[in-house]
Amino acid sequence: MLHTVNKSPFEHRALEACLKFARQGSAVLLIEDGVYAAARDTAVSGQVQDALKRVSIYALKSDLEARGMQNRVMDGIRLVDYGGFVDLVAEHNAVQSWL
Amino acid sequence: MPIEMNGKTIETDEEGYLANRSDWDEDIAKEMARLDDCDLTDSHWEVINFLREYYEEYQIAPAVRVLTKAIGKKLGADKGNSKYLYELFPYGPAKQACKYAGLPKPTGCV
Amino acid sequence: MTEEGAGGAAKRFLYVNRRAPYGSIYALESLEVVLIGAAFEQDVSLAFIGDGVYQLVKGQDTKALEVKNFSPAFRALEDYDVTKLYVEKEALEARGLSEADLVVPVQVVGAERMAEIMEAQDVILDF
Repeated sequence: MLHTVNKSPFEHRALEACLKFARQGSAVLLIEDGVYAAARDTAVSGQVQDALKRVSIYALKSDLEARGMQNRVMDGIRLVDYGGFVDLVAEHNAVQSWL
Repeated sequence: MPIEMNGKTIETDEEGYLANRSDWDEDIAKEMARLDDCDLTDSHWEVINFLREYYEEYQIAPAVRVLTKAIGKKLGADKGNSKYLYELFPYGPAKQACKYAGLPKPTGCV
Repeated sequence: MTEEGAGGAAKRFLYVNRRAPYGSIYALESLEVVLIGAAFEQDVSLAFIGDGVYQLVKGQDTKALEVKNFSPAFRALEDYDVTKLYVEKEALEARGLSEADLVVPVQVVGAERMAEIMEAQDVILDF
């Protein structure tokens, strides 16, 4: 399963809900304001780090760049471009968008 | 109304501002001025180039009050005043000069 | 404006920015209203709270996203005589940010002080 999250983790509960239900081995892709969750040393980075033990987490590079977050990404999160986004969708049997 | 020039059609909005900033060059500026019966002198270019630099730096076209003040700071008080700028650009210094500079209409101008 | 305005005393306007820059149109709209409003010579302040602090983060590069990067415009606010920018301390800290990460000089204030600033206004606009 691929999960996508497009909301800031500081103003919405979408990431929290996603991480609660994302099972071992699934993938989480952070897009739009969701990419703020990829930053290190924040109030939610511990939660994201814990999740990294169970799931793969990706963040869309262009959304990070637009927000000035490209140099703040925590270790363990992989950056993807639009091609990588498409590959992730193709690799997984279903996509759940946490809006 | 689109501008026809050298066999090319350049798109503008209904007030004559360029639809695509990247279409801009000095010849287009001259043509826009010609359509307004305005001959671009070095003094005009000084303001146009100032606006282009301002936009490059801040990503906005300054309001007329801001333009006047900023021109005064950069080019001296004899140029940083409404009288001088309105003589150059009678349709409104920020509005008209922004148009020739290929920029959007300044935020806050009606 | 009310009759008070004609007498001279400028009204105190506070624009409260609460949203990240590109996920919605609010941030850009707020900035445009500030730039327009600045022409009326009111006493303008800007507050950045919650995700609003992200609007001021350095190093924004929207080329790949093909939307306008409006963060440089915050540096032009000084030309518009808008110099009172307040940023919520707790919001910066929760996001791992500090004043050095921002595109303009600001006053970093705690929530308590921010509440006082809000109380002192005549008009508050929330974005």
